[in-house]
Amino acid sequence: MASVSNWTARHGHALVSTAGHLGRHGVATVLTVAVMGLALALPLALNVLVRNVRAATGDFSEAVGLSVYFKPEVPEQKARQLAKAAAERTGVASVKLITASEALAEFRLQSGFGAALDALPDNPLPNVLTIRPSPDAASPAQLDALRSYLLAWPEVDSVQLDRDWVLRFSAILDLLRRVVLITAVMLGAGVIAVVGNTIRLEILNRRAEIEVTKLVGGTNGFVRRPFLYAGALYGMLAGSIAWGLVAIARLSLTPVAVRLATAYGSNFTLQGPSVAELGILLLTGIVLGWLGAWIAAARELARIEPRTA
Amino acid sequence: MISFERVSKRYPNGREALSDLSFEVHDGEMVFLTGRSGAGKSTVLKLIALLERPTRGQVIVNGAQTSRLPLRRVPLFRRGLGVVFQDHRLLMDRPVFDNVALPLIVADTSFREIDKRVRAALDQVGLLGKEQVAPLELSVGEQQRVGIARAIVSKPPLLVADEPTGNLDATLAAEVMGLFRRFNEVGVTVVVATHDLHLVRESGLREILLDDGHIGIHG
Repeated sequence: MASVSNWTARHGHALVSTAGHLGRHGVATVLTVAVMGLALALPLALNVLVRNVRAATGDFSEAVGLSVYFKPEVPEQKARQLAKAAAERTGVASVKLITASEALAEFRLQSGFGAALDALPDNPLPNVLTIRPSPDAASPAQLDALRSYLLAWPEVDSVQLDRDWVLRFSAILDLLRRVVLITAVMLGAGVIAVVGNTIRLEILNRRAEIEVTKLVGGTNGFVRRPFLYAGALYGMLAGSIAWGLVAIARLSLTPVAVRLATAYGSNFTLQGPSVAELGILLLTGIVLGWLGAWIAAARELARIEPRTA
Repeated sequence: MISFERVSKRYPNGREALSDLSFEVHDGEMVFLTGRSGAGKSTVLKLIALLERPTRGQVIVNGAQTSRLPLRRVPLFRRGLGVVFQDHRLLMDRPVFDNVALPLIVADTSFREIDKRVRAALDQVGLLGKEQVAPLELSVGEQQRVGIARAIVSKPPLLVADEPTGNLDATLAAEVMGLFRRFNEVGVTVVVATHDLHLVRESGLREILLDDGHIGIHG
């Protein structure tokens, strides 16, 4: 008797009647969904923030570099050869040679010590290589390895690594990401609790109906179904609200961010949630709503058995 | 159809509602369950509808031994009988159609079939055309008949009624009894618990008299 089309029709019916039920209880639905939406919006907003911070500060590979100082006696010719050799190593994106004479010229121009420099018998500056690692070879460990490799060359006097602030920055980002995760877990539990409580009240309100349904042979699964749909719908609506809140926040922050970026001479723009993030958001909302409803239904429905008058 | 064998029922509060009760109702029979309030009529009905299980003895309904039936089989068991209550237990926020359709909906019946059978059931209780009416707009007698339509819509072989005429005047009570007689004539086994001895005597049908949880003796 129960064909596939019956099954579809039945679930469709449950879904539509559940949606209608939520619609008729407008204020309660709106309040529940608003609380859930706020709870989902916070982790989303934090995640978007972390992503924007990363985008604003640019690729690590552009900021991180090694400065290789050759010994003063190493001639320019030799420095050029070594620059080529360094460029061929894997994990190196670019190598730029600043020759001693170039460095001197620049120093003369910028320092204003031109006359003093002329008094020196020799150029005191060494040839220098600035090396940029490729993005996939910019981890602290890989940079350390590159540094040791370069230090082993007999012509190299010292290698400076702009590493400390990279370490700090990546630690800060890791911390932020962890904060996002913890916030998401805590607020997710909150969402489950809110849905669970709403569904529990709903079940108590519809106690008479549940009793009669069980009395005429409705299974627990049948009785539970509309409540699970209600939970999932709450979750989906909450996800949409969270999306809306983050979108509004982004719109109101954009002019400020643009002004800040312009002041730093950057063309950075504030990014909104990605499509993947929105998908995850909606899915999370639906799953949490379903889960909260399921927990409430499992607890409450077992207690409701039909009675005679 | 129904067999009680040395059935006792003790409630958690210690009250023994039935003690060592045995009786049988045959297929296609219609019987009255009578006795004073507290004699155990409702307990008998609860045991039949599997709202309660016996403390001792065995209850066999529709071929199923109720005390051995696992919980997950209970819904299927309940689809094999229709129950009518004194307070009819209608869902007041749903139209008549939805109320009567409920036993079919839980049994995954197709929508076309539901439509057909709900109309047939309403026709049998004389309420055809009231599908979209809210139960509150109906009279007490009509509400009771909606409850009866809900009990018979899935054509169960057994119909159980708890004081179905308790809230009705004599004319309406006779009407409702007439409905039960008609279902019985087409093969449905009917058990009616009632105070209304006048209706029982008039019907000439078998009466199971309960007295303090036992089969009583007519005085």
